[in-house]
Amino acid sequence: MLSLILLFIPLLASLLLLLTRGNTSRIVALAFTVVQLGATYYAYQVFKEQGFQPFDIQMVWVVKPAINLHFSMDGISMLMVILTNLLLPLIVLSGFNREIKRPHIFYSLMLLMQFALVGVFISFDGFIYYIFWELALIPIYFISFVWGSENRAQVTLKFFIYTLAGSLLMLFGFVFLYTGSPNHSLDWNILTSNPTCNCNQTWVFWLFFIAFAIKIPIIPFHTWQPDTYRSAPTQGTMLLSGIMLKMGTYSLIRWLIPIVPAGTKEWQAVAITLCVIGVVYASIIAIKQSDLKKLFAYSSIAHVGLISAGIFSLTLSGMQGSLVQMLAHGINVVGLFFCADIIFNRTQSYQVEGLGGIRLAAPKFATWFMVIVLASVALPLTNGFVGEIMLLYGIYQFNIWLGAFAGLTIILGAVYMLRMYQKVMLGESLMDGMNFPDLLWNEKVVLISIGIMIFVTGIYPKPILDLTEPAIKLLLK
Amino acid sequence: MDNFIELTKLMTPAILIPLFPLLGFLLITLFGKTLKKGSGWLASAMILASFICTVYIFVNLPEGQSLNFTVFEWIKWGDINLAFGLLIDPLSLVMLLVVTGVGFLIHLYSIGYMHSDEGFSRFFLQMNLFIFFMLLLVMGNSYLVMFIGWEGVGLCSYLLIGFWFKKDAFNDAAKKAFIMNRIGDLGFLIGMFFMLFYFGGLDFTSVMIAAQTHEKGSALLVTITLLLFIGAMGKSAQIPLYTWLPDAMAGPTPVSALIHAATMVTAGIYMICRSNILFALAPFTLDFVLIIGVATSLFAAIIGLKQNDIKKVLAYSTVSQLGLMFAALGLGVFSSGMFHVVTHAFFKALLFLGAGSVIHAMSGAQDIRNMGGLSKYIKITYITFLIGTLAISGIFPFAGFFSKDEILAQSFANHKLIWGILSFSSMLTAFYMFRLYFLTFNTQFRGTDEQKHHLHESPATMTIPLILLAALSVVGGFMGLPAAFGSAHVFSRYLSPVFEGSVSIMGAEHHLNHATEWVLMGIATLAAIVSIIVAYNIYISKKGLPEPDAEVKGFAKWVGNKFYVDELFDMIFVRPLMVMSDIFFVLVDKLIIDLFVNAAAWVVGFTGRTIRLVQTGNTGFYIFAMVISIMVLLYCQLVDPYLYVYFK
Amino acid sequence: MEQVIQHSNPQSWYLVLSTILFSIGVMGVLFRRNAIIILMCIELMLNSVNILLVSFSAYAGNSEGQVFVFFIMVVAAAEVAVGLALLVSIFRNTASTDINVLSKLKW
Repeated sequence: MLSLILLFIPLLASLLLLLTRGNTSRIVALAFTVVQLGATYYAYQVFKEQGFQPFDIQMVWVVKPAINLHFSMDGISMLMVILTNLLLPLIVLSGFNREIKRPHIFYSLMLLMQFALVGVFISFDGFIYYIFWELALIPIYFISFVWGSENRAQVTLKFFIYTLAGSLLMLFGFVFLYTGSPNHSLDWNILTSNPTCNCNQTWVFWLFFIAFAIKIPIIPFHTWQPDTYRSAPTQGTMLLSGIMLKMGTYSLIRWLIPIVPAGTKEWQAVAITLCVIGVVYASIIAIKQSDLKKLFAYSSIAHVGLISAGIFSLTLSGMQGSLVQMLAHGINVVGLFFCADIIFNRTQSYQVEGLGGIRLAAPKFATWFMVIVLASVALPLTNGFVGEIMLLYGIYQFNIWLGAFAGLTIILGAVYMLRMYQKVMLGESLMDGMNFPDLLWNEKVVLISIGIMIFVTGIYPKPILDLTEPAIKLLLK
Repeated sequence: MDNFIELTKLMTPAILIPLFPLLGFLLITLFGKTLKKGSGWLASAMILASFICTVYIFVNLPEGQSLNFTVFEWIKWGDINLAFGLLIDPLSLVMLLVVTGVGFLIHLYSIGYMHSDEGFSRFFLQMNLFIFFMLLLVMGNSYLVMFIGWEGVGLCSYLLIGFWFKKDAFNDAAKKAFIMNRIGDLGFLIGMFFMLFYFGGLDFTSVMIAAQTHEKGSALLVTITLLLFIGAMGKSAQIPLYTWLPDAMAGPTPVSALIHAATMVTAGIYMICRSNILFALAPFTLDFVLIIGVATSLFAAIIGLKQNDIKKVLAYSTVSQLGLMFAALGLGVFSSGMFHVVTHAFFKALLFLGAGSVIHAMSGAQDIRNMGGLSKYIKITYITFLIGTLAISGIFPFAGFFSKDEILAQSFANHKLIWGILSFSSMLTAFYMFRLYFLTFNTQFRGTDEQKHHLHESPATMTIPLILLAALSVVGGFMGLPAAFGSAHVFSRYLSPVFEGSVSIMGAEHHLNHATEWVLMGIATLAAIVSIIVAYNIYISKKGLPEPDAEVKGFAKWVGNKFYVDELFDMIFVRPLMVMSDIFFVLVDKLIIDLFVNAAAWVVGFTGRTIRLVQTGNTGFYIFAMVISIMVLLYCQLVDPYLYVYFK
Repeated sequence: MEQVIQHSNPQSWYLVLSTILFSIGVMGVLFRRNAIIILMCIELMLNSVNILLVSFSAYAGNSEGQVFVFFIMVVAAAEVAVGLALLVSIFRNTASTDINVLSKLKW
């Protein structure tokens, strides 16, 4: 029942928001996301008290073909829902003090997005899952298209068609699975209990893999991403990078590995190599990016490449690390894009080269930006470190050389992040008469919350690890 | 049982040791603005509190015992449990005393040094954070906790080198330090993965036990130790990862004293001492460490001859001295290495703080060519600096003499050639240090009149630490009197429980007979004195001055430009990386990969454009096509009924 | 008791008739350009099918086919009404019933 409540609060909010106008919209949106966060916390407590037993709800929707309204929350889903609901209030709050046209529609779409995301994370029937997966694309398309910056029409179209093409491949995959499943059902439990899937595992693996690889994105399916992140409004970028991309990595764990185990085993080496190459490749590109948002986009490709590589290592440490890192990356990347937004808001520029001297003008902002930068270069005692060390160890367990190669991210991450920070924040300002007020109240709240989360999960990651361990162990069996 | 209770009683002060600086960091972060100059005193008080806790433990820890406990569970998955634990044994106590003791003096000194800086409280909060991480590094009971401190001190070093962030050259230096450290850290990290994989844990006790089940010199142990040593190279500025340390002098001078002389850069040596059993089991790595150490020692000493920035000279001497310590570790005499760490912390901190006092007096100028004759103006600095210089040159009875002599004697027993190189680099050290000293303090003042007018002795907060450190530099050596003096070596006996394992693996140390030892001491002292006389001759009697940069030629120019190592690294690593970044972005990403993506879109568009030509708008044609198609279908149905199956 | 109905003509006659009518219709649709004639040819094809249905219905002793024929006739009437209406409006616009003039709906 709790999972259904968590699912429908955002939908309700989304519909209600259409009735509001002007400044009330954002307050209503914030209120609902906070309520949702509270509900999530309550659900987490209940979940913990029940000894990490999944919340399971199953209703028959269509008898033939067998489609069940099957929602379930195990530790993994719980973590992803927590991530979603934790970030949404911050994303909404980050839009305060910013000019947004037609805010009621904007926030309504955002909450619709939340509805779809939660749906993706808790659906345990392939059909329902697919519906939510596609549903998530619609609001973000409109957010990017209507509220985006220059060049948005072409970029958003590319993004939309690219990801849609990926989804179609997944649909083909589901058709394979459907015909192969003994009682013609796409229920997750049935699919996982039939590990041979009576189908060509190679095909199904690649169909699903490419679908997810586009969403994540894994190199070479990433070219839509930097441009889209660049031209989407910052809140949209946060949604895309913070949560939506996790749909892909989550789906690798939920809908690929347990469902086509033989195919995964067979192509594991290829997939993991692709991911690791992506890590280094994207990191190197990020070094010389001149656009702040694109730089973060490439850094994000590098980070999620590492996450995916950890997942494909098929080890407990890799999987666990990937989940910790998904949470960490979600928090950090939202922080990074928010910092970019703050800079843009004051200077009307995303150009790395043309800025500078901001630390002098805004020391508080500089401090929190530094904290987020450090977390994303995985300094110990920040959340990035825990995940990264587990991921790298997972990859190391798969292959020593790959582990070492992926480890280059530690060096390259420092190179591009510190280079960016130096050019943007330090030194003397290169802009004439730059007026850079320090943080506004909403920015302070967002950045401090992110900072606190960075340290709490970095110093005491045990709750996260405890939360996901039983579910991961079950998957790896 | 009593013992156990006694140990548990020590847990609280042990936890408090790192907590005090952390508390200081948090307090100054939150209330820095209201505290103003008070933040300096608060920060110093916190370090003093840590120092007192350390002393308390030092006094109360029963001999031969160690305190090893888990504070909380940190990362745990499957059967791997990486707990956050602390370990206090003689080795960490020695380091703790140095870090908190010298750290406190440097904090005190900084109150005077930084008094007019606008980032006063920011400086102290970062210093406190540094001490916190350094303490974690030293106190951790596992490689992972050590790694927290390891990376943390790297961060603080980054922040403090780039303390004056308005100047981009400083920021570059800071970034360089961090990245070079990170290169080493990657080695450390992969080394940890190996240990985790093969030994199943990262805490020192279980790693050492597990390591002993492997054969001495096995590939696994050599790999692990080499990887760890890469980490040590980065942190302790050894060839080839040393170039960041001279640049790191961009930071405020107390930072150079604390981080880049006394504490952080010795972390590599501490780490190898901590893993002495592991290294003892990998003789190949020890040889490698020895070669790197000796090479660095000589190389840095040569570069030091031609530096004209007061802090750069000290920086290269630090690199050289660190090389000496690594040479000691390579020889397998871990306690001698540690001994030199301690004495070096005293006299190098002293020298840096003295240099800071000089810079303070000179209103920020650092070029020794523009100094001279300062002994008249800043008496205390002058005397303490002389003590430091004598100590580093290895003159009896100053601290450096004993620790350096111990290493030299061991190297003589091991291999004459190594002894020769190390002695030579010690001679060079004595030479360039006295060159520095003479040019700074003796003969005539060569600066501007304005500077001359401004020359003044530093305030008491600065001179008191100088005096205390000078005292330590004088007496510090007596902790480790050589056997030839007939008394016990207090220092190495105190550390002996830590190094028991490695000693039993490597067999007993070479013991020279006392006559040889006396001779060696004599030679070392004589060599140092000769160097000093040569330096005196050049820079005082002949009033020689280093020529301006433009006039330097030949080999000297190579030396003065640090053998162009920076330029070499730039060419081999930095520029290719930048070019690669461009190539990947413009060529691979935009051109090749996007070409495929856009080609897919183009194919769809092309197909559409082509097929739409069929839509002529001519109804007759449509109907014709329809009838033909129906006939084809009918034909298929009639002639080949199985065609239907294919379509399905 | 099953009642056997005797038929005076073999069923193939009806089939041939229907086929001939249908072919005439097809040919008309294919080769005439006047939209009214095409419409009438379509009606012809429709009615040839009706004949077929009725004949099969009669020979199989099953009245369902004849019911369908009525349906088809109703629908055909409606269709002719719509078709003629379209033609009238086309004629108003183009002053012609030649279908080749109506080539506006192309790429």
